[in-house]
Amino acid sequence: MNAVILAADGVNVAQNVAFGIIAAVMIFAALNVVTTKNVVHAALWLVVVLSGVAAQYILAAAEFVAISQVLVYIGAVMVLFLFGIMLTRAQIGKETDLNNKNWALGIPVALAMLGLLAWVILDAFGDDVLPDSGPLPTVALSDQYLGIYLVPFLAISFVLLAAAIGAIVLARKD
Amino acid sequence: MLAAEALELSSGWFLENAWLTGLIPVIGFAIILFFGKKLPMKGAEVGLASMAGSLVIAVGAGVQWMQRTNSADKQGEEAVGLIQAFGRTLPSAAEGETKAFIAPVTTTWVWWQNSGLEFGIGSAVDGLAILILALVAFIALLVMVFSVDYVRDDRRYTHFFAAITLFAGGMLIMVMAENMVQLILGWEIMGLTSFMLIGHWWEEEANSRAALKAFFTVRVGDVGLLVGTAIIFFGANQWAVDNLDSNGFNIAAIQAWALSGEANTQFLLWGAVALFIAAIGKSGQFPLHTWLPDAMAGPTPVSSLLHSSTMVVAGVFLVARIYPVFWEGFNIGTGGLSFIAIIGAITIVIAALLAFVQDDIKKVLAYSTVSQLGYMMLGLGTGAWLPAVFHIFTHAFFKCALFLCAGSVSHSGSHHSFDMKKDMGGLRKKMPVTFAAWCVSTLALTGVFPFAGFWSKDEIIDNVGANGYTFLMWVALGGAALTAMYMTRATYLTFFGEPRGAAAGLGHDDAHGEEHEMELISVGAPEPRSLGAAANAHADDGHGDGHDGPGGHAEHAGPHESGKLILVPIVILAFFAIFAGFANPTPLASRFGEGVELLKKYVEPRATAVVTEEFLGSGPGEMVVLVDGVAYAPAASGLGVPAAESGEEGAKKSGCGFDAPEAGTVCFFPGVSHAEPTFAKILLSLVVVAIGYALAIGFCVLFYGRRDPRLVGLTERNKALRGGFLFLKNKYYLDHLYENVIVRAVAHPIAKTAYWINQRVIDATVDNVGVGTRKAGVWVYDNIDQKLVDGAVNGSGWAASEAGHAMQPTQSGRISQYGALLFGAATVFAIVLVILNVS
Amino acid sequence: MLAVNFLLLAAVLFSIGVYGVIARRNAVMVLMSIELILNAVSLNLVAFSLMTGTADGQVFALYVIAIAAAEVGVGLAMVLMIYRNRRTIALDELSEMKG
Repeated sequence: MNAVILAADGVNVAQNVAFGIIAAVMIFAALNVVTTKNVVHAALWLVVVLSGVAAQYILAAAEFVAISQVLVYIGAVMVLFLFGIMLTRAQIGKETDLNNKNWALGIPVALAMLGLLAWVILDAFGDDVLPDSGPLPTVALSDQYLGIYLVPFLAISFVLLAAAIGAIVLARKD
Repeated sequence: MLAAEALELSSGWFLENAWLTGLIPVIGFAIILFFGKKLPMKGAEVGLASMAGSLVIAVGAGVQWMQRTNSADKQGEEAVGLIQAFGRTLPSAAEGETKAFIAPVTTTWVWWQNSGLEFGIGSAVDGLAILILALVAFIALLVMVFSVDYVRDDRRYTHFFAAITLFAGGMLIMVMAENMVQLILGWEIMGLTSFMLIGHWWEEEANSRAALKAFFTVRVGDVGLLVGTAIIFFGANQWAVDNLDSNGFNIAAIQAWALSGEANTQFLLWGAVALFIAAIGKSGQFPLHTWLPDAMAGPTPVSSLLHSSTMVVAGVFLVARIYPVFWEGFNIGTGGLSFIAIIGAITIVIAALLAFVQDDIKKVLAYSTVSQLGYMMLGLGTGAWLPAVFHIFTHAFFKCALFLCAGSVSHSGSHHSFDMKKDMGGLRKKMPVTFAAWCVSTLALTGVFPFAGFWSKDEIIDNVGANGYTFLMWVALGGAALTAMYMTRATYLTFFGEPRGAAAGLGHDDAHGEEHEMELISVGAPEPRSLGAAANAHADDGHGDGHDGPGGHAEHAGPHESGKLILVPIVILAFFAIFAGFANPTPLASRFGEGVELLKKYVEPRATAVVTEEFLGSGPGEMVVLVDGVAYAPAASGLGVPAAESGEEGAKKSGCGFDAPEAGTVCFFPGVSHAEPTFAKILLSLVVVAIGYALAIGFCVLFYGRRDPRLVGLTERNKALRGGFLFLKNKYYLDHLYENVIVRAVAHPIAKTAYWINQRVIDATVDNVGVGTRKAGVWVYDNIDQKLVDGAVNGSGWAASEAGHAMQPTQSGRISQYGALLFGAATVFAIVLVILNVS
Repeated sequence: MLAVNFLLLAAVLFSIGVYGVIARRNAVMVLMSIELILNAVSLNLVAFSLMTGTADGQVFALYVIAIAAAEVGVGLAMVLMIYRNRRTIALDELSEMKG
């Protein structure tokens, strides 16, 4: 990991610092998500992670995606999670054995995967520098959506419809 | 170098078709066998006709042979004259002695050939063969005539004639054989028919035992025949192929090979020994003589034909025929003591001694036959070829006559009994013709001048002495005395004295009651089980048919003379017993010239070397006269009749049989010497015979007639005499030796071994194979079936189930595990891909 | 700023999410871990979009967000059903598919 952080020419220091702080926070929060013994705490830490992701989107000059992230994920999905936790009588407070029996198996798998991905990334994009362009206008996005990716856009709407109906069907008491 | 001039030897239809003599009786046999029972005379007429036919051909062949010899001799004399005309001189000894070799007339038909070896069947007749052919045919014919009445009403009349006809055919086949294979064929036919005929009344066990004994004893000798033939074949074949375009079975080739000087002495010696063993067996020489007396169990015609005149001389004939083999093998010409002579001499004496203690008249005659065969062998063994053959000729007549007389006596005089002591005596008045014939034949047998036996037997004795075997000559003379003595005893017991038993006309039952007493002297005698002793018991000759006959013998009030059919053959034979001797009266030759010696001229083969085809016309030199494709070379070349005759004792003998023949010539017969009979020697033998007669007549009168108390019961009182008597009575314990010691020692272990092999080896093998198979099956089941095959099957199932069980944890139903697997596998594959793409 | 920053960050988040899927017992926790993964993927896409300067990556990221939302909705509905039937959502005990 030779060039994770700055110190070369033309490097936007502020951007890197901001990135680094947010990345640290995100990783710490993600770790807590998967290790905390309190389900509600896990959900809250997930909120932190999601927020961090949104911040990263802004740093990556993708404001529309960031806003969407905040709106959808944090606003809807996390609420849904919390409702789900509530409805499944999760224990309030600490709860033992939130890990299953073979939790130790996950460590090497995760590490292997991390190692693999890291190596691949570094090998492929090791020295690529992100261009210093400004954020894309939302028009560009909508051009894509209603242009090339129109069919997937419509398909997405169907998926959301099906998901909504499906959720209702599944969850009703009959 | 030889020059040649072709001459012609006369032949004739009878000579060339002499093979018919053997064929006709065989065809007759077949006809009798198939049609005999339906014929009016029940097959006898076919037998008589076939024998008559053979006789006619044999006599015709004889006449033509004499013509052939005469013409050859005449032309030979002219040729000698030619030689002399050419200015060459012959050695004085050879003058007038050179005789042409008369080749046998050969007619053969090849019946099989194999790798260059041709086997022929047919006839090869020369003087010896024709003599025996005619003799056999004649005697067989007479015996058949005799049998027509003698075995009338027999239970197997037809088969009797069939067997006798076949026998005659067999002997004739043997006599005229051109090669050893045919000789063996005839020999074996004779053995077979002998067995059939001896055991003609096989319902009585003693008879079948005697037949078996005869067959087996002769068989022991036949091994020698086969071995000897094989040895001679292997010795002679190559030489015969090279020199005579023949093979090692051809008798003429064997004769030539033996005298060629190129023959391997070992082959000659052992071939001669083996062949002589065959002769010992067939001709009843010591030590295989034991079967002959027991063979008297057969009907009297059989005894008279087979076992006195014809079959038993087959061995003598064999020796005489292949004489060169024995001459060379045993070195007879050089004066050494030969095996044949020794056996012959022993046989003469022991048989003669045994004849003294026999009560059965046929057994006396049987032992007499054995003894006379010993004379013939003695003669052959000492180089007296012609006297021995002459003795065959005369012996056949008087011995057959004696047997037929015995048959006549038993048939009409002693009520089918042959026991002299019990049922005979004083028959000379009741049966005069038989008595006369008997007496004449006895005189002939003992060698009284001028009957037949005198000429032949004394010739043998004379030649034995002249060839240097003085001791054997005295043995032969002693035998002559013994012959006179036992024949006198037999004559006295049968025809003189007071009639006893059946001869006295005693009733049927009384006679039979005494007959069946078994006379066994048991001092260590063998068990009655043995063949010998059982045959000693009265072999019931014709006893059965006596009861089978329709009219029975009720009209037999007592002894009487026999019928015409029985007497006529006897008389004819007695006639020949008187005059047959004049066929070769050597003592008269000095008076009347050599022409009287008919047998010497016509029967004895000439000892002249014969030129084989290849060497003719080679150029001037010695004059050779070709005679019918074969020739003789005069004595000028050193070949021919040996220079030394009796009277020139010191001269070296040369010629055929002593020297190897010159290249290009072969010898067929050795130069046997002929003794000059002197009056002194003749007188000596006559005196010896006379002494024998005197002693015997005196003893008989004293012992049997007057029952002199000094003599009666002598053997009871005197231990030594008793021992000797018992020794003789038990036939020197030879039967005991053969059966109980030798046979048992050989057969018993063989039987035990065979049984052991059967149980331990063969059965054990079979059992063990079974057990082994069973055990193998069990093992296979346990190991292969259960463990291997089932194990494989079960194992595959187990493996599948265990594999499934092993895989089961992956299907735990837990999602986290599925997830782990999923991600883990994906990671691994990704790593693999990366590595593959990067490297 | 280097591109690998975003990508590495996304990889880390992804790995943590994988660990969470494997290690967590509660079904809802597992869904949360899946959200982590999805977010990591979105971050990746946006970073690619930034690297290439096109909008495709962002479009995809929006799609992922939408799908994630639908998926969480249906997923939680299923978890609720399971909870109703089994009174537990501990994945350890939900091994009917065992075999």
